[in-house]
Amino acid sequence: MGDTIKKKIKSIKIDVDKCNGCRACEMICSAFHANPKYSSNNPARSRIRVIWDPLRDIYVPVYAGEYTPAECAGRDKYVINGKEYEECAFCRASCPSRPEFKEPDSGLPLKCDMCEGEEKPLCVEWCITDALTFEEREEEVEVQPEIEELEAGLEALIDKYGLDKTLETVSRLTSKT
Amino acid sequence: MRYAETGVYLEIDLSRGNIEKVQSDPKDTELYLGGLGTNAKILWERVPPEVEPFSPDNLLIFSAGLLCGTPAIGCNRTIVSTISPQTRLMAFSMMGGFWAPELKFAGYDKVILRGKSSNLVYIHIHDDKVEIRDAAHLKGKGAIETADLIRKELKDPKLQVAAIGTAGENRVFFASIEQGRSSASRGGIGAVMGDKGVKAIAVRGTKDIYVARPAEFLKLCQEVMAYIQWREAHPIPGVMPILAGLGSPQEMKVHDEKWHTENFMWGNSRVRRKDFWNEEIAKKWMETLESMRTRLISCYNCPMKCGATITPPGHSTYMMKCFSKLTYTMAAFSDLEFGLKIAQIATEHGVDGFSAPQVMAFAVELYENGILTDEDMPGFPQGNEERFYWLLEKIVHREGIGDVLADGTYWAAQKIGKGAEAYAHNTIKKHEQLPLKLSMLNPIYFLMYSTGEKINITQIEGQFPQAPFPTREAREEFVKDWFQVPHERFKQYFLDWEPRGEKSMPFYPTVEMCCDIVDWQERMHYIDDALGMCAGLSSFPLKPPYHIHNYPKFISAGAGIEMDEETLTEATKRYRTLVRAINIRRGMRRADDKPPENHWKKRFPELEKQLLDAYYQMKGWNLDGIPTVETLKKLGLDYVAKDFLERGILEGA
Repeated sequence: MGDTIKKKIKSIKIDVDKCNGCRACEMICSAFHANPKYSSNNPARSRIRVIWDPLRDIYVPVYAGEYTPAECAGRDKYVINGKEYEECAFCRASCPSRPEFKEPDSGLPLKCDMCEGEEKPLCVEWCITDALTFEEREEEVEVQPEIEELEAGLEALIDKYGLDKTLETVSRLTSKT
Repeated sequence: MRYAETGVYLEIDLSRGNIEKVQSDPKDTELYLGGLGTNAKILWERVPPEVEPFSPDNLLIFSAGLLCGTPAIGCNRTIVSTISPQTRLMAFSMMGGFWAPELKFAGYDKVILRGKSSNLVYIHIHDDKVEIRDAAHLKGKGAIETADLIRKELKDPKLQVAAIGTAGENRVFFASIEQGRSSASRGGIGAVMGDKGVKAIAVRGTKDIYVARPAEFLKLCQEVMAYIQWREAHPIPGVMPILAGLGSPQEMKVHDEKWHTENFMWGNSRVRRKDFWNEEIAKKWMETLESMRTRLISCYNCPMKCGATITPPGHSTYMMKCFSKLTYTMAAFSDLEFGLKIAQIATEHGVDGFSAPQVMAFAVELYENGILTDEDMPGFPQGNEERFYWLLEKIVHREGIGDVLADGTYWAAQKIGKGAEAYAHNTIKKHEQLPLKLSMLNPIYFLMYSTGEKINITQIEGQFPQAPFPTREAREEFVKDWFQVPHERFKQYFLDWEPRGEKSMPFYPTVEMCCDIVDWQERMHYIDDALGMCAGLSSFPLKPPYHIHNYPKFISAGAGIEMDEETLTEATKRYRTLVRAINIRRGMRRADDKPPENHWKKRFPELEKQLLDAYYQMKGWNLDGIPTVETLKKLGLDYVAKDFLERGILEGA
C-alpha cells in the first residue's frame, strides 16, 4: 500500500426540517457570484436552490453539482415520513430535465464552488435558522492508487503492442507538446 | 442604468387586451421613492375623484417596493393600491411573501391594471413574455387552489401567484388578494381585481437586480442580520411576549393567548372575557395548534418565521400568520380548532381576516336582537359554529342576506335599517377595526386611529411602547440602547411617562409630544411601504433593525439616490400628503378623522380637539384637515394645490 495524505473535505449539512423556505441562500449565492461581487442578485443564477412545495411541506435546499448532458432514463420517488419527493428533488446535477443550475441567459451549467476564498460558504452564513451548517473534516487519502493504475495500464499496452512500439508512441506524443 | 428598481412598469389594459412596457421617470423615484409613493402619484394623476371604485377607469396597481429584490433582508412586500369600494378612499393594502421580488426579477417594478375584461382571465408574466390567458376553468376556485392549478397548467412550480377567491370574483367589499404565504386583505382590493375580471397574476423572473454600491450595501445588510440575531437573543423585558421580539406578532409560535383572549373583545367586538384563559383551555389550544401546524415559515429573504403551514383535519393545507389565528375564534365565541378550520375556507374564498369575522358576528347579533329574522335568513342554522360557516358561504357568493353583508357592516347597516346602524359600531371611515374596546383615552392612539390613512391601527403603530413602563428603573434600562429614536427627546418623553399621577394619560405625553411621537411612527410605516420593507423588521416592533438612521444609507447604496435623514423625511412627507390629498379630493374631511365612538369609555372632547388641531398644524394642514397651498408648494406638490384651488377645495389667497 502507498502513502496517505490528509485532505480537507468541505461539506454542508442540510437539515430539511429546519428550512423555513426564505431562500436567503439563493439570494446571497447569486450576489456573491455576480461580477463585480454583490453588484447584482438573481436567484435564477444561484448554485443552491430550494426545491419547495409549501402546501406539501417540501423544502429541500440542493447544491449544484456536475453537469450532465442527458437526463435519467427513469425516475424514482422517495416517500419520507409520509411525504412524497421526486428523485430530482435531491439531485445536484445541472441537467436538461430542469431549469435549475443553468445560467438563465446562456444556459451554461453552474456548479457550487463552496464560495472560494471565503471562510465558509455564504449560504451557510446567511442561514441563521441552521438548516444549512458547514462542516470541515480531514480525511486520510491514499496517494498511490493512481500511479499503480497508470502502471497497470502501461503494462497492458506493452503486452498488446510490444515495448518498442509503445515507447515510440510515447516519445512522439511528448515531442508534440 | 437603474439600481434597485427596474425602471419599467407593466401597463395592462384589460378592456382592449393591450400590454405595454413603460419606462418610469427616475425623477419620480427621487421624489416619491417607489411602492406606495409612486402608486399615490399615479392614482392622483390618473384616477380623478369622479371615478367609481368599480369603474373601468379605476386602476389596480401592484407594486414591488423600491428595495424589493435587492439583498435587503425582509424587503419583499407588494403594495397594492386602488380606490376601495368600501371606504371609497384610496386603499393601500400590502402583502409579504415572494411575489414582489419575483416581479422585480421578471423586470418590472409595477403592474398597472386598467379597464375591465369581459371574461375571467389571468395574467402570466415570465420575464419579457406577458400574456392574458383565459381563466374560465378557474371560476369559483379557491385562491390557493387557483395558484396550484396555474403552476400545474404552465408546468412551472416556481411561479409566484397572487389570486382572488370566490369573494373577489363576487366583489365582496372585504375580499382579499391571496398569495399563499400572505395576503393583501384590507380595503376590499380583491373586489376591484374581481371587477376587472382578473383571477390571478402569475409571475416568474430570471433577471438581475442591481445595486449602486455593492460593498457598502452588503455591509449594511450584514449589520442588519447581526442586529436581528442579537435582538432575537435579547427580547425586551417587561412587555408581553408578542411585543418583545421582532417580526410580525409571533402568533403561530406562541401558545399563551391570555392577553388577546382577555383583552380583545369577543363577538361583534362586544364582550370582554376577563377570566377566560385557564389551564384547561391553554392545554387544549396548544394541542390544537401543535397538531395542525406543520412548519413555521418565512417570506422571501427573511429569517423571521412569522407564518405557518396549517392542516386542519379534513381540510386542505393553507398558510397563516398573525392575528387571523384568533379573529374567527373570538367572533364566534368558539375555540381555536374552529378558528383554524374556518380560516382555511375563508383563505380559499379570499376574505379579510379582520372584517369577515366581524361582519358575521354583526349578522348574528342582528339576528339575536330581532333586526334580522328567519324571513331575511331562511335556513339560518341553530348551531353557533354552523351559523358562521353558513354566513361565510352566503357572503362570498352574495346570496340572499349575504349580498347585503358582503358590503361590510357600515353599508349593510344602512341597507338593513331598523336600528342596525348601532350594531355597526366598530368602523373607522366605514372600515372594520380590530375588536378592541378600552377604558381610558390614549392620546397617541387617538391620533393614530383618527388620522391613519391606512385605516388600520397595526399599520401605523410601532416603535414607541404602547404603554408606560411601571418603574423609572425599567424605563432607564429601556432607553439605554434605544438608538432607533430620531431624536434624543423621545427618550425623555418615555422616561417621564408614568402609569399614574401627573405624567400619565390622557394629559401626558402632552399634545405636542403626542404629535411628535405619531409623526415618527407614521413616518417609519410610510418609508416601509415605499421600500417594500416588512413592518415586522422595521416600523412595527420596538427597537427594530431598520430605522431612520440606516434607511437613508440603504437607499443611497441600493438605489444610488443620494439621501440623508432630512431628504428621506421630506420625501415621506411628500407622498404621505399626496395620499391625504387623494382622499381629500374624494371628500374626506376632519369629521371623518375619528376612532369608533366607543373605542374608549373615558373620552376627553376638548383634549381630542386640541390633539387634532395640533396634528393638522404640524402637518401643515388647515383645521379641516386639508393640506394648505403653502404646504403643498413646499413639498413640490404644486399640481395638487392647483387642483384644490380649481375644485374650490381650497380658497385662493
